[in-house]
Amino acid sequence: MKGGGTVGRYTAGSRANHWLTAICLILLALSGMAFFHPSLFFLTDLFGGGVWTRIIHPWIGVVLMLSFLGLFLRFWHHNLWRREDSRWMASINDVINNREERLPEVGRYNAGQKLVFWLMSLAVLLMFVSGLVLWDEYFAAYFTVDQKRLAGVLHAAGAVLFCFILIVHVYAAFWVKGTLRAMTRGSVTGGWAWKHHRKWLREEIRTPAKGTGD
Amino acid sequence: MSTLQSLDIKRRSATTAPSPSVRESAEVAKLIDISKCIGCKACQAACMEWNDLRDEVGHNVGVYDNPADLTPASWTVMRFNEIEVGENLAWLIRKDGCMHCSEPGCLKACPSPGAIVQYANGIVDFISENCIGCGYCVKGCPFNIPRISARDQKAYKCSLCSDRVAVGQIPACAKACPTQAIYFGTKTDMKNHADGRLQDLKSRGYQTAALYDPPGVGGTHVMYVLPYGDRPTDYSGLPANPRISPLVELWKGMAKPVALAGIGLAALLGFFHYVTKGPNEVEEEDEEKARAMADRENGGRS
Amino acid sequence: MASLAPTFGRGAMTNTWGDIKNTNLVVIMGGNAAEAHPCGFKWVTEAKAHNAAKLLVIDPRFTRSAAVADLYMPIRPGTDIAFLGGVIKYLLDNDKIQKEYVLNYTNAAYIVKQGYGFQEGLFSGWNEERKDYDRSSWDYELDEQGYVKIDNTLTDPRCVYQLMKQHYSRYTPEMVERICGTPKDKFLMAAQWMAETSAPDKAMTSMYALGWTQHSKGSQNIRAMAMVQLLLGNIGVAGGGMNALRGHSNIQGLTDLGLMSNLLPGYLNLPVDAEVDYATYIGRRNFKPMRPGQLSYWQNYSKFFVSFQKAMYGKAATKDNEFAYQWLPKLDVVYDVLRAFELMHQGKLNGYICQGFNPLMSFPNKAKLTAALSKLKFLVTIDPLSTETSEFWQNHGRYNDVKPEDIQTEVFRLPSTCFAEEEGSLTNSGRWLQWHWKGADAPGEAREDIRIMADIYRRIRGLYAKEGGTFADPVLNLHWPYRLPDEPTAEEIARETNGYVVESVPDPNDPSKMLLTAGLQLDGFAQLRDDGSTACGCWIYSGSFTERGNMMARRDTADPYDTGLAPNWAWCWPANRRVLYNRASCDAQGQPFNPKHRLVWWNGSRWTGPDVPDFVVTSKPSDGMGPFIMNAEGTARLFTRGMLREGPFPEHYEAMEAPIANPLHPKVSANPVARVFPGDRATFGTAADFPYVATTYRLTEHFHYWSKHTKINAILQPQQFVEIGEALAREKGIKAGDWVRVRSKRGDIEAVAVVTKRIKALQVDGRTVHTVGLPIHWGFVGQTRKGYATNTLTPFVGDANIETPEFKAFLVNVERLSAPSV
Repeated sequence: MKGGGTVGRYTAGSRANHWLTAICLILLALSGMAFFHPSLFFLTDLFGGGVWTRIIHPWIGVVLMLSFLGLFLRFWHHNLWRREDSRWMASINDVINNREERLPEVGRYNAGQKLVFWLMSLAVLLMFVSGLVLWDEYFAAYFTVDQKRLAGVLHAAGAVLFCFILIVHVYAAFWVKGTLRAMTRGSVTGGWAWKHHRKWLREEIRTPAKGTGD
Repeated sequence: MSTLQSLDIKRRSATTAPSPSVRESAEVAKLIDISKCIGCKACQAACMEWNDLRDEVGHNVGVYDNPADLTPASWTVMRFNEIEVGENLAWLIRKDGCMHCSEPGCLKACPSPGAIVQYANGIVDFISENCIGCGYCVKGCPFNIPRISARDQKAYKCSLCSDRVAVGQIPACAKACPTQAIYFGTKTDMKNHADGRLQDLKSRGYQTAALYDPPGVGGTHVMYVLPYGDRPTDYSGLPANPRISPLVELWKGMAKPVALAGIGLAALLGFFHYVTKGPNEVEEEDEEKARAMADRENGGRS
Repeated sequence: MASLAPTFGRGAMTNTWGDIKNTNLVVIMGGNAAEAHPCGFKWVTEAKAHNAAKLLVIDPRFTRSAAVADLYMPIRPGTDIAFLGGVIKYLLDNDKIQKEYVLNYTNAAYIVKQGYGFQEGLFSGWNEERKDYDRSSWDYELDEQGYVKIDNTLTDPRCVYQLMKQHYSRYTPEMVERICGTPKDKFLMAAQWMAETSAPDKAMTSMYALGWTQHSKGSQNIRAMAMVQLLLGNIGVAGGGMNALRGHSNIQGLTDLGLMSNLLPGYLNLPVDAEVDYATYIGRRNFKPMRPGQLSYWQNYSKFFVSFQKAMYGKAATKDNEFAYQWLPKLDVVYDVLRAFELMHQGKLNGYICQGFNPLMSFPNKAKLTAALSKLKFLVTIDPLSTETSEFWQNHGRYNDVKPEDIQTEVFRLPSTCFAEEEGSLTNSGRWLQWHWKGADAPGEAREDIRIMADIYRRIRGLYAKEGGTFADPVLNLHWPYRLPDEPTAEEIARETNGYVVESVPDPNDPSKMLLTAGLQLDGFAQLRDDGSTACGCWIYSGSFTERGNMMARRDTADPYDTGLAPNWAWCWPANRRVLYNRASCDAQGQPFNPKHRLVWWNGSRWTGPDVPDFVVTSKPSDGMGPFIMNAEGTARLFTRGMLREGPFPEHYEAMEAPIANPLHPKVSANPVARVFPGDRATFGTAADFPYVATTYRLTEHFHYWSKHTKINAILQPQQFVEIGEALAREKGIKAGDWVRVRSKRGDIEAVAVVTKRIKALQVDGRTVHTVGLPIHWGFVGQTRKGYATNTLTPFVGDANIETPEFKAFLVNVERLSAPSV
C-alpha cells in the first residue's frame, strides 16, 4: 500500500488499452445496433449515415480485436480459474445481496470478473470471425452464402452476448463503489481492496511490485 | 429507382410501421415460358439497353452462358444446361434474374430503411440511394440474385423494369423477346395463360410440365413454365422448394425483438438491483482493516 | 435460289414469314431458324401455340431450334440428299403423296427422252475429259406440235414419276442410316411426320438457309426438299412452301437486283459471248409454252429487258441500236467471287472494289485470300465498319500473320452509312420491300453508298469525257436523271426501279384515251413494253412505287382473313403476291384444298381471295392453266431437265472432304461438277490425316462479322470457341474451357473448347464419325476478344451452280493445348 492508503491496480498502459477497447465496443455496439434493428437505424447518423456506418463498423472491429488482444495478453493469467472461484460462484446470492462477508477471500479478480473476461474473449473472437465472413467488401469471395447466413446469426448472437456482458461489467463497476477509479486513476483504496480482493491486497502488500497490475 | 409513388409502396425494408394501403393494385407477373425460349439473349441485350448497363467483355468459360453469371451490370443472364431425358436430349435454357418474391428474402434481410421496397403490384425494387452496401440482401435471397458492385458496394438486380411498368409499358426483356417466351401482365392472367401452355405441353408428351410459382416465398412475380416441372433443379439450379433460409429467418425475425428485449431487461435488472439492494460501498472500517493488514504483513514497512 | 427457280420458276422463298403460323409441321433442316432468324422464328412458336403444329429439326448439332423442337434427329454434315432421297422413297413406296396435286401441278406425268439415264453415280452425257455433262438427254419427249408427251396414268417407265421412283429406290432407310448416321427408327419417324402432310388439308413448311446452300451440291440439297414438298402438295399453299431464310436483311434484294456477276435485275441474265446480237440473245429466251394453254410468263422477257435498257441508257437506247444491247458486257465464263479471287491470286485481277463485303472472313481458305489481296494494286473498301478485309495487310500476331512491308496493295477505305443512317428499302426473305427512314446522321465523313458510287461514277465519266478511252459509250451514255447528280436519293432510285412511261401509248380500242401517259409511274410489270415506251430498273419490283405513292412505305397491319399475310403492309414482289404459286392451293376446280387456310379461289368468274392471285385472274379452272406460270410447262419440275449442272434429280454426293467414300457409288464419291480450281485440289485433306468432320455456323448473339463491333453483342458472346462432342472430348482429354487447336489441310485455329452433349458421334458406314462445330464470328478487329478467321480452315470449293463455298462439311483434326499460342 502506498501512502494515502491506495493500492496500484492498473498501469497507464493498461488503462489506455482498456478504454480504447471500451470506446471501440461502444462504437461497435452503437453502429451494430443500428443495423440490427430498424428502430435503431437512426444511430447511423452518429457515424455519417448508413454507408459510412457500414464502412466504419468492421474497421472498428479490427481495432477492437487488436486492442482486446492487448488486454488479453495482459490479463489472461490473472483470470485462470481457481477452486475458490467455484465456491464464490456457488455463493452468488450473497454477492447480489451485498453479503460479501460470507464469501471466500478473493484474489485479484473474483469469479464473476473472470467470467466476464472469458466470455468477453470468446465474444470478441466470435464477433471477429463472423464479422470477417460478413465483410463482403473484402471477403465476399471466400465464403459460401450459407456460411454468411450462419455468420449473420452468430454475429447477432455474439452481439447480444456482448451487450449482456457489457451491462454486467458496467453495472458492476457502478454498483461496487470505488471500482471505477481503478480504471481512471489506476489505483484503488486499501479498503476497497480489503473488502473485495483481500487475498490480492495481501499479496500486494507482500510483493508490491506486482501491484502495478499486470 | 423508385418510379412508382409512395402510395404504391407496399413494403419497405427495415421499416416496422405500416405502409400506405388505401390503394389496391393488381399484382403483375412476368411469365417465362421455357418451352418457347430459344436462348437468343435478346432479353439480355434489351436489359442492357434499357437500363443503360454495359458489362465487361468477358471470356468464354466452356459454355454458352455469357456473361457467365449475374453481375451488377447484368441483371439477367441465360443459363444453359444439357440433360438426357430417356434417349433424348434436352437443352434447358433458363433466363435467370430476380424472381420478385411475394415474401422477399432480400427485403427481409435489409437493414437500411427503404433500400428495398415492394410495390403493391408485387415488384421488388432496390432503391440504390438508400442502399448502404452491406450485402445482407445477398444472404436473404433464396435465388442467389443480388450482386454487389465492386465500384460502389451497392446491390443491384432486375427491377422488373418498374420504371416502364409504372407508365404502362411491359419490361424491356418481354418487349424484346422474339418468340413471346416472356409474357407480362397481371399475375392472374399469367397463371391463366400458363394453364393453356401446360395443356399444350402435356399434349406434346411433357407429362410433368408445371408452373413454377414457389409457395415457399409466397409465390413469385416472375414465374416459369417448366416442361420438366418435376426437376426444376435441372434448369441450372432453380431451387425445388425455395424459402428464405431459416438462419436468415432467425436472424432477421425473432432474434431482433427477443434480443432487444433481453438487453433491455438486463439493463432494468441492474437498475432494480441498485434501487433495491443499494450500492456496494467501502466503509471507513474497511480502510482501517486494510491498513491494519498492511501493518501486520509488513511490520510497518510502508 | 438456283434450285427454286428451276423447280418452281422463281428463285425466292415461296411463302412469307407470317404465313408460317398456318402450318401443321415445321421442318428445320439445312438451317437453324431459332438461332439465325430468331425474330422470324416467332411464327414457328405461333404455329405451335395456335395451330398445334409440330417442329421437326434435323441437324448435325442439337441447335437452339432443336431446343424447342418436338422431335430432333442428328445427321452427318453433307448428307441431306441421302436423307431426303430416303423420304422421297418412303413417300412413293407408301403412296403418301398428294395425288391430285402431283398429277396436275408437277411434271410427274411427263415423258423423258430416250437416252436419259443414271449409272454408277453419273447421269447420262458425262464427258470424262471435260469433267462435265452434255445435258441434252436430260429433257422431255416432245410430240408433233412441240408439246411434251405425258402419261396421266404415271405408269410409263419413261415418265418422270417412274424415273424418280427408280432413282430413289436405292435410298432405303438402311442406306439412310448408313450414310447419314441418323438412327433408322428416327428417320422413319421423320418420314412419317412429313408423310402426314400429304393430306390435302395439311401443310408442312421447310425452313432452311446456309445449312443447305453452303455445300458443293447446295442447290441439289434444296431441290431434294422441293421435290418432297411437291409430292406432298405443299407448295403454293398456306403454311407450306420452301422457305429460304435470308441471312442479311436485304440479301433477297441483292439477288432481286441482280448483284451477281451473271445477272441483270429481276433475274434477267447477262449475255454470253456467243450471243452476238440482241436477236440471238432474245431468241434463246423465248420460253414457248411446253404444254397447251400455259402462260409461260417468261415469254415477256423482251419487255423486261428492253425496259431495263431504257432505264439504264434512256434516250440513248433505241430500237436502232438494239436498245444498247452491245453496251452490255458479254460473259465468257461466270465471274463469281471464287473466280475473282482465283484470278486475283493468279495476278490477273489487280484492282478490287469491295462494297459492304468482308471476303477475307467470308470466303474459303483465308491464306489464299490474303495472298490474292496482297497481289492487288489497289483495294477500295466501302463499309461503315473497319473490316478485316480493309486491314488484311496489318499484322495481328497469329490472328493475322502477315508482313505489312511485303504487301504493296494500296488500300482506300471509304466509310459509308449504316442502314439506320439512310433511307431506302430492304427486301426480306418473304420478298417484302419495306421502306425505312433515316434514324440518325452518320458520324464523321461517312457517306451513303449511293453518294459514294455517284461520286466515283461522275469522276470516271468526267475522265472519259475529257480524255476518251476504250469503249466509252456505256459510261458516257448512262442515263443519270437525278436532281442532284452527285447525290441521287433513294426515292429517285426507287421510282426508277419501279419504272415509268417514256412515251405515251394510245389505247388501241379508243384512240382518244391513253393507255400509258409519258412521265407517269407504272402500275406494275404488266404494263411493260418492248418498244422502248417504258423504262423499268427491275421488272419484278414494278408496282412498288406507283402514282399512288411509295407502296413500300405502307404500314397497315390489317389482316382481314387472319392469314398472316398483312397485304397492305409494305409491298411484296411480284405484284404484292404474298404466297407464290397460290393457285396451287386450290384443286383443279379452283376450290381450296384446305378450307381453313384459304389464300385464293375461283368464285365462278374470277380468282379472288385474301392474297393477290399468282395467276391470270380471269383464267377459268377448266382452261387447264397450270399454277407455275413462270415455267414453260405450267407445272413445277420434279425433273429439272438440264437446268442444274449435276443432274435432273438430286443425287447424294459426299462433300469434297469426307470421312468416308460414298456408299452409293464409291468411284464417284463427290459431286463431279463441283466448282474446283485445279490449283486447289492439293489443299484438300483426307480422313487419314483429318479424321473429324467440321461444320461452320453462326450464333444468335452475333451477325456475321459485323456485330462484333458492337459492345452489347461482344458482351453476349465475347470469345471464340469450338464445340466438341463429349465422346471426342473424352478421347482427346479435352475439358470444357480448355484450349484446343483445330487444323485442316489449309491452316489451323485455336479456341476455347465447349464440350457438349449436343454434338453426338454418329455411326456411319460402319465407323464412328465425330463432328466438330466451328462458330464463325470472331476476327482481328472489333470489340470482342480477338479470334481466328474460321475460313482459315475451309476448302476453296463451291456449289456447281451458284458457286456457294462449302463451309458446312470438311475435315479437320483437333488437339488439346495447355495454353493458347498468343
